Order: sequence, then C-alpha cells, then structure tokens
Amino acid sequence: MTRKIKHHLTDALLMGYAAGTLPEAFNLVVATHISMCDDCRAALAEFEAVGASVMMDSGAVAMDDGALAAVLDRLDDDDVEAAPPARTQQSGLFPMPLQNYVGGDLPAVRWRKIGGGVSQMVLPCDDGAATVRLLHIPAGTAVPDHGHHGTELTLVLQGAFCDEVDRFGAGDVEVANEDLDHMPVAELGEDCICLAASEAPLRFKGWLPRIAQRIVGI
Amino acid sequence: MRPIVMSEKKGQLVTKQDEQAKALWANRIQAVGTTRDKAAFAELFAHFAPRIKSFLMRGGTAPDIAEECAQDTMVTVWRKSHLFDASKASASTWIFTIARNRHIDMIRRAKRPEPSDLPWGPEQDPDQADVIGLQQETDQLGRAMAELPEKQRVLIEKAYLGELTHSQIAEQTGLPLGTIKSRIRLALDRLRHEMS
Repeated sequence: MTRKIKHHLTDALLMGYAAGTLPEAFNLVVATHISMCDDCRAALAEFEAVGASVMMDSGAVAMDDGALAAVLDRLDDDDVEAAPPARTQQSGLFPMPLQNYVGGDLPAVRWRKIGGGVSQMVLPCDDGAATVRLLHIPAGTAVPDHGHHGTELTLVLQGAFCDEVDRFGAGDVEVANEDLDHMPVAELGEDCICLAASEAPLRFKGWLPRIAQRIVGI
Repeated sequence: MRPIVMSEKKGQLVTKQDEQAKALWANRIQAVGTTRDKAAFAELFAHFAPRIKSFLMRGGTAPDIAEECAQDTMVTVWRKSHLFDASKASASTWIFTIARNRHIDMIRRAKRPEPSDLPWGPEQDPDQADVIGLQQETDQLGRAMAELPEKQRVLIEKAYLGELTHSQIAEQTGLPLGTIKSRIRLALDRLRHEMS
C-alpha cells in the first residue's frame, strides 16, 4: 500500500486473531486489513510469538504410543503444500482473503440495494457468531443507521468516509463498540466501498428473527 | 572442540553452543524442507508434539482431539517445511500458527481467512546470526512472560487458551502487552524494514 494507513487494528483484535478466537467475520476483516497494512502484519507476528511462548511453557503431555510411527506413515516425500499466493500476484481492488469470500474482485460482487442509495453483499460465514458484508456507499451519501450490537469493524477498501470520530480512507479500519452512535458519510468524489463486520445481535436466537435478519441483511 | 563462552543471564548459564543448539530447531525444519530429513523430523516431533498436545489440553481440548491435532500439525510441518523462513519467524512461532489453524479447523469447522503473503519467498540460506538472534529474542520473550506478575501472566495465557473473547481482552486495561512485545522488537524492526 502506498497510502499511509492511519487507523489500525486494536491489540485485542490482533491478539484474538493470533489466538484463533475471533468470529470468522472478524477474522476476514483482520486478514484483509493485514493484507494491506505492514504495521499490523508485524504486530500480528508479535502476538503470534507471545502465543508460541504460552504454548512452549504449557508443559508436555506424552503422545500416544506409536504416534510418531503413525505420523511417519502419513508422510510422503512429494507431499508439499503450494505457497499461498503473494500480494504481488493479486490484481484488482480486493485483497486475496476477501476475493476468496466474494468469489472474485469488485465485478463479482452481487450488490443488493438496502435503501438510501446504499448497496450491500452479505458474505456467508459458517460460525454464525458475527456477520460481515460489503457496503457500497455513493459519494456524499450517509449510511443509514443500522443499529449494530457489540463490536463493529469497518474497513475502507475504496473512497473514504467521515464520522464523529475521524476520516477513514482506504486501508483504515474503524473499531466501534455499541457505545459509539455514529452516522458515517461517504466523502465526495469516489464512491466508498467498505467491508463491515458486526457481532450478531444476541437477542435474535429463534428461526423467525433469523429469517427476518437474512431478508433485511443486518 | 569449539570454545565454550559462558555468560550468566537471569541466573541461567547459557553457552554459545547452547544458543546455537536452540537455533537448530529452525535448522531442522529447513532440513526437512530441503532434504526431507526424517531424522530431523522425528526430533521436531519429539520436542513439539507433546507441547502442542499439552497446550491444547490446558485450553480444555479432550486428550484424543489434542493428540489428533498435534499429529496433524506435525504432518503439516512436513508438508510446509519448504515455506518456513527462519529469518522471519522462530520455529516455535511458526509451529504455533500451524497448530492454531488446525485446531480451528477441527473444533469450529469454520474457515480461517489468512492475509495474502508478502511478495517474497523464504530465503534459501538465511544468515545464521539472524536465525540465532531471532531464537534468542524468542527465549527472552519467554523469560519476560515468566517474570510477569501472576495475575497478568494468567490473563495472557487465558487469551491464548481460548478462555477470553476479544471484548474481554480489550477490557483488561492493565495488560503489559507493550513490555512483552518489546522483547521481540529486533526481529520485527528487521521485518518492518524489509517490508517498507
């Protein structure tokens, strides 16, 4: 990224990602931001080193009898995993982890209008602990209040938005909790495209509200 | 015989040879990657697999699942050893990330999106001084963790054992994350320098 990123992931999110305890929707925002932000990539490496330290200091429990033999049986000299695609091999607007969820770059997005000129595509997550969606906000448009619960992460991919907190440009991520009552407005100029994840509202547990949620997409 | 240089660090006698031997975990992974060295693999297995299993069991994973996860992790170490870059991560950090990802696959059956990779591959022949330096920093990190006040250390452990959500981590305002992380500053400064 040539642009200087101003708003980064929090230590709690990086630690949660390093520990593997975040909801899948948050993992996607974290992985997408880190693909754009070398500072957070290095910070993640720090938190992974802390995790390794906890693991190495957790004592040792003997493996089952024959465990090594069983593993050696599974090894094949030619069995090598291909390197993950590097950033330079990626083209388009979306970093690779996001492209994997969308099924391609921007042209592959299936936008659905949600009112006020704003469109979205909800990206499916398996764990149901949080939801994540792409938002397309025309330049100069305000995002309708979508009443999020718990933590909400908003990562800007294109354009910029401003809210009560600051201006957020491409690569910036806003970490908001439910105490923040904000109304983001897309800057004039380029349309704003964001990746937004929020914790699923805990009070909707029945099948009927879940269907309603799916229709409304919030 | 190599000359043995003794120095005292935090009450522990550390020799040059000891330090070099510790760096060998990284070298063994490389030996697996380049020559498919099964003896080196067996040594890695003996050292890391019981620790992975113990770590997972401390986090509440059933012994049979922890055993399976540790075995799977070591198979992945074999399959990905050629991608390991000893100048970017210590052996234990690299293996921790593999174990974590395998555990998520097994327990949550959820996808784990990963950042796209940096635009360079592993160095074929990393500078041994870098490899040893990285291992020393990792050891220092372990000592810094051990010296933390009990309450803080337990909180950090809980975060990695899966007993705290990110919101609960965020609520722990007294965590000395800066102090802990500063122990691995050297390697990361190097990483940042290369990335910019």
